[in-house]
Amino acid sequence: MSAQRNPGAAAVERYGWPRAHRWLLMRRASQLLILGLFLLGPVAGVWLVKGNLASSLTLDWLPLSDPYVLVQSLFAGHVAAGTALLGALIVLAVYAAVGGRVYCAWVCPVNAVTDGAHWLRSRLGLQKGWQPKRNTRLWLLGATLAVSLATGTIAWEFVNPVSMVFRGLVFGMGLAWAVVAAVFLFDLVVSRRGWCGHICPVGAFYGLVGSASLLRVRADRRAACDDCMDCFAVCPEPQVLTPALKGARHGRGPVILSPDCSNCGRCIDVCSQEVFRFGTRFDNRTWSDLPEPEQRKGRNAASAPGVGT
Amino acid sequence: MPDQKSVNRRRFLAGTARTACGVGLAGLLLALYAGSARSRPATALRAPGALPEDAFLGACVRCGLCVRDCPYDTLRLATLGEPVALGTPYFVAREVPCEMCEDIPCVKACPTGALDPGLTDIDDARMGVAVLVDHETCLNYLGLRCDVCYRVCPVFGKAITLERLHNPRTGRHALFIPTVHSDHCTGCGKCERSCVLEEAAIKVLPRKVALGELGHHYQLGWEEKAKRGESLVPGLIDLPDRLPEVRP
Repeated sequence: MSAQRNPGAAAVERYGWPRAHRWLLMRRASQLLILGLFLLGPVAGVWLVKGNLASSLTLDWLPLSDPYVLVQSLFAGHVAAGTALLGALIVLAVYAAVGGRVYCAWVCPVNAVTDGAHWLRSRLGLQKGWQPKRNTRLWLLGATLAVSLATGTIAWEFVNPVSMVFRGLVFGMGLAWAVVAAVFLFDLVVSRRGWCGHICPVGAFYGLVGSASLLRVRADRRAACDDCMDCFAVCPEPQVLTPALKGARHGRGPVILSPDCSNCGRCIDVCSQEVFRFGTRFDNRTWSDLPEPEQRKGRNAASAPGVGT
Repeated sequence: MPDQKSVNRRRFLAGTARTACGVGLAGLLLALYAGSARSRPATALRAPGALPEDAFLGACVRCGLCVRDCPYDTLRLATLGEPVALGTPYFVAREVPCEMCEDIPCVKACPTGALDPGLTDIDDARMGVAVLVDHETCLNYLGLRCDVCYRVCPVFGKAITLERLHNPRTGRHALFIPTVHSDHCTGCGKCERSCVLEEAAIKVLPRKVALGELGHHYQLGWEEKAKRGESLVPGLIDLPDRLPEVRP
């Protein structure tokens, strides 16, 4: 019941509100910081960053480009010249290392919209609604490339709410608010976690990019799990938790390896037993199978070269 | 039990088919929408060096870097609800024309080559072509000496010239007809911007809309003759033209 109504209450009680929301707060800060950097120019005339998420230039020398847009452009028959290509390679390298869907959780402006819808949905106690398969987004990713090929256009950019919202905030919204509202309502009324979790081909693309990423959430202390289900309640992709959290008896290691995981860290926040932490994908042995002293040694060894360094 | 297996397989196939059909439908709608978005209103002009529209929509990533580097705020990105392909840069000549910067910062800013970096001389830009669309309201056509479009043209004396015609209304004055030469007009839109009428009589149109194209096999007799130095048809006798009799 508590997991349904107010997941994370136990963690708040035990560690206090700020610590039980630290990754969430850091994510919101990251999303706002990135948007703020882009807005600093048009609003205050301080041009640290120009452009938008599709392609940008930071401090007049660092190009960054959305590789998914460039892949569509390639399918449309255009080989991007110069800085966009370099920018896309930089972005690919970063997300390949830290996890592709870090884009979804830490950068994407739609994340706050769909998180808001999910928050309201759980407050209203709505059923999960229409749940198309999780792999629908991969199909859609394929479809956008096919349409790009067939029409010679960067097809998804005609309808992509992500770029529409971000471009709108930086360059002028037009009717893009209606699209924000549509995504919000879709997630609220039609489908729980519908957009980001099932439909969005941008997320699907970045998921593929990060499928071998180094940075991962690990359920290292899964032996301490008290089955409160809070992590499942807050996780936008709960299917990624099961193998790592509950896979010990099937010989599965504690690292969340699914590319669907967006490294949002919400599971770390809400767990009152400190089961989860950020770490690397390496050392995926099953600590819980080892005796307790070994476990502790292993954890220390794993955390020493981990994310803390 | 083989039945169990076939039920699972059936369910898998049905689920996959459902997803494939749903996504296929979505893809079809997307393709139709993308296709319809390719048509651009004649008043929306692309930045200098923009690839032809079909190629442009496959090359432009809608990042707005050209917009940012345009010193005159000529360019803007199409927002949702405008009739131009979503997010792409364009300008409306009657509102803010292109000032034809010599260093072409918009082209330099483009990270993808949607604005062709091969354009280094702004006089070679072909954003459209000016057309004196209305011969009834143009003041010069009415016999006045407005000449504003002629005077503001950055490719002065080449892209727009004033051609003298007889003024049949007065019988003794000349009409100075603004005449656009497409081989020099960049389509910057300064003429359209500065036309003094309520609605401009001279407008920049997409070259595809405004310009005809000769058949590629056409040979113009007088050019061929000049090239060869003599008539292409040997032995052709050029009879004297009969001129109308002039009464004293």
